[in-house]
Amino acid sequence: MSMFVAAEQAPSRWTRAWSGRRRWPLVSIAGASAAAALVLLPLVFLVVQAQQSGWSEVQRLLLRHSVAVLLWNSVRLTLACTVLCAILGVGAAWCVERTALPARRLWAVALVLPLGIPDFVVGFGWVSLEPGLHGYLAAVMIMTLSLYPLVYLPASTALGKVDAGLEETARSLGLGPWQTFRRVTLRQIWPAVLGGCLLVTLGLLAEYGAFEIVQYQTFTVAIFTEFKLGFDTVAACTLSLVLVLLSVMALAGELALGGRSASARVGAGVRRNAARVPLGRWTAVVLFALGALSALALGVPVGSLVYWVLHGGSSTLPSTSILAALAHTAAYSAAAAAIATALAVPVTALAMRHRNRLTLLIERLAYLPMALPGLVIALGLVSFSVRYAFSLYQSSLELIIAYAILFLPLAVVGVRSAMGQSSPRLEEVGRSLGHRPAVVWMRVTLPLIAPGLAAAFALVFISSATELTATLLLRPTGVNTLATQFWTYTTDFSYGAAAPYAGLMVAISAIPAYVLGRRMSTLARAGAQA
Amino acid sequence: MSLLSVKGLWKGYAGQPVLQGLDLEVPAGSLTAVLGLSGCGKTTLLRVIAGFERAERGTVSLAGRTLDDGATFLAPERRRIGYVPQEGALFPHLSVQDNVGFALTRSERRGKQVARLLEMVGIAPLATRMPNELSGGEQQRVALARALAPRPDALLLDEPFSSLDASLRSRVREEVHELLRGQGVTTVLVTHDQEEALSLADTVAVLRDGKIVQQGAPADLYEQPSDERLARFLGAVNLVAADFEDGSARTALGRLPVRGERGAIGRAAGLVMIRPEQLEVRVRSEDTHGAGTSAAGLGGRVEQCRYYGHDALLHIRPEHPGPTDLLLARVHGAQALPVGTEVTVAARGPVTPLE
Repeated sequence: MSMFVAAEQAPSRWTRAWSGRRRWPLVSIAGASAAAALVLLPLVFLVVQAQQSGWSEVQRLLLRHSVAVLLWNSVRLTLACTVLCAILGVGAAWCVERTALPARRLWAVALVLPLGIPDFVVGFGWVSLEPGLHGYLAAVMIMTLSLYPLVYLPASTALGKVDAGLEETARSLGLGPWQTFRRVTLRQIWPAVLGGCLLVTLGLLAEYGAFEIVQYQTFTVAIFTEFKLGFDTVAACTLSLVLVLLSVMALAGELALGGRSASARVGAGVRRNAARVPLGRWTAVVLFALGALSALALGVPVGSLVYWVLHGGSSTLPSTSILAALAHTAAYSAAAAAIATALAVPVTALAMRHRNRLTLLIERLAYLPMALPGLVIALGLVSFSVRYAFSLYQSSLELIIAYAILFLPLAVVGVRSAMGQSSPRLEEVGRSLGHRPAVVWMRVTLPLIAPGLAAAFALVFISSATELTATLLLRPTGVNTLATQFWTYTTDFSYGAAAPYAGLMVAISAIPAYVLGRRMSTLARAGAQA
Repeated sequence: MSLLSVKGLWKGYAGQPVLQGLDLEVPAGSLTAVLGLSGCGKTTLLRVIAGFERAERGTVSLAGRTLDDGATFLAPERRRIGYVPQEGALFPHLSVQDNVGFALTRSERRGKQVARLLEMVGIAPLATRMPNELSGGEQQRVALARALAPRPDALLLDEPFSSLDASLRSRVREEVHELLRGQGVTTVLVTHDQEEALSLADTVAVLRDGKIVQQGAPADLYEQPSDERLARFLGAVNLVAADFEDGSARTALGRLPVRGERGAIGRAAGLVMIRPEQLEVRVRSEDTHGAGTSAAGLGGRVEQCRYYGHDALLHIRPEHPGPTDLLLARVHGAQALPVGTEVTVAARGPVTPLE
């Protein structure tokens, strides 16, 4: 900001300041621009497609009675689930991080693992055991059980980082334990909790599979049906814009509630870990509660999968090779992960090393897909390819691009934390030792950020491998991935045939998710100690 | 001959000027300290010399070779200037020997050169350690060896000792000093610690308000600072009113010779600077009691005594509050006097007139 003010006052100094900066690496600019263009592409064509029909048609579509019902369904589900996830996530995190809970390392893992099971597989797990399960309450239960780790993870990391000195100071100033938790501890972890809640909300708005299984109509389900069964692209795109608006409102809500408020530690000094609260008589109660949560969130879906794999059951559908589906899933996911990581590097590098309005804007844009459900991105890409690039329509490349856009934010988060490992100071020292920037990049920067790049790749890979909605819309004709084949069997009630596909997806995602989670928390702890 | 030369350097950030027409000459083979308060632009100066930032105006040259003059700008990797940043900035993914060998070619790395450098900075046994396994002092030595490896024409040290704790600092400082002296590398060291600057450097340049206000040998700077602010920055001072006549100053502490040529000429009266260690303090015995100002010195009373071990700083209130209301005197540690002691104060040696 101040740079721009200076520019108005003294243009000559402005130009000098620019020439004083290191030259912009052209490769980075090209990469970052490509990322920004890709992210904007689906949104732009969604709008183009929606306004095709004219304003009166849009009005007619949006003012239908059914839209109000959908809106009400989406909102009441989102509110209930987000609040429940916040309570479960923070409560569980506090029990694990701050009490003398027996076997807390085991709990720390068990409570995160549901994150590795795709929501629609959790839905499958419940409904295949209890076919009568459907409607609002079923949807709330299933989504809460699959999404609460999104709050648990950041809350437990943040709780681990809160300086015990702060709480002790509060106690010495006369606050009771509950007041201390409310006024000091909760304030410290508030941004992390809100961030988790935002992810829950966005996940709920984007979900299709689980709601279809429990027959609960939300915006996303309606849009999917409109497009896939009604072949009405215009209606689908118009309704999608409402969905985007809801997501943007969730983002704004997080900001308004103080999601970005400062919680930095002031002053130096060594941080101390808090003493654990002895549970005493409550031990049994807490153990029972956490046990019940894990049984419902982890035990039921996994048990159900195991049951169906063991008992099999015949399908009337033609059998296909599970290996072929696995190969497709792996190939698409790996390609998408490579593209997303490759795009995230220049975006982050520019934003961190050449900080100005433009590069920051590009970085923000890279986070935009977080608010864009997979369905919306898929629809936007379809609208684009049908009009301007028909050869792309229903090609493998289109699906890969959709994954890359959809999960670009994950890659950026991963790469950003990796870039933090390599300071510009190190690169400068490298150059003062007589090496060209490219050599310094290869010998200093790359080795330092490599683990983070691998983490970003893994995150995008896992997410792509378990993606259902966009895959159903965009997969090339005749090609099946693990997710789509699972879906075909599930909607045919061939649970026994579907289970192995879900099992493979869970295996692909759960193990790396666990390893990643451990790595992230180790990093966070190291960072807190440094 | 001056090896490193900075002329009329301007540099600012976000419209705020930091360096404003700075001139600095660093003699070949010397260790020059740039001394200034935190945030005065010391690091900026080093970054411009190293080539991490461009000069807005002015020139930087090394041994007659222009590094930066607005028209030409030599990339940092082509300057042959070593840089040791404040925190050492070791490459965390490389072992000690790989850090030191970073600038060397593959064949050089295989030879004895790395071992010799490690030997030189005294950390040969640590060659295979990783940076996070080293203490602060060891990290500084590795950073120094790494910067010296490609035999730079000049070496820049950015507050190299400030991250070390006090006991370690003086030892590492001494060793580094010896080492640089032995190598004969032209070195610029920036620091905010005047004791460090005075004790280590051949030449000290004081950076203030974006300019070098004075540059000279440590003793010249300490004894003849260009103004009062600088005098106080370099150490405690007494400012005493004086009348000047015949190259000497008549003060409450008696008639004292004036140092140098400046100041006294053309002025009848003014202030002179007397450093605390120039004052001689004697306990007043019974027989001289009540004599007031005598030929032996100014009478007064110890009001405060700051004991440092090796020496002590006495705050002495003169009996007749006149031109100075409080005198600071540095005495031998064993001579620390209890508060309230009646003393006489006399001054030794030449004094320096100040504006």
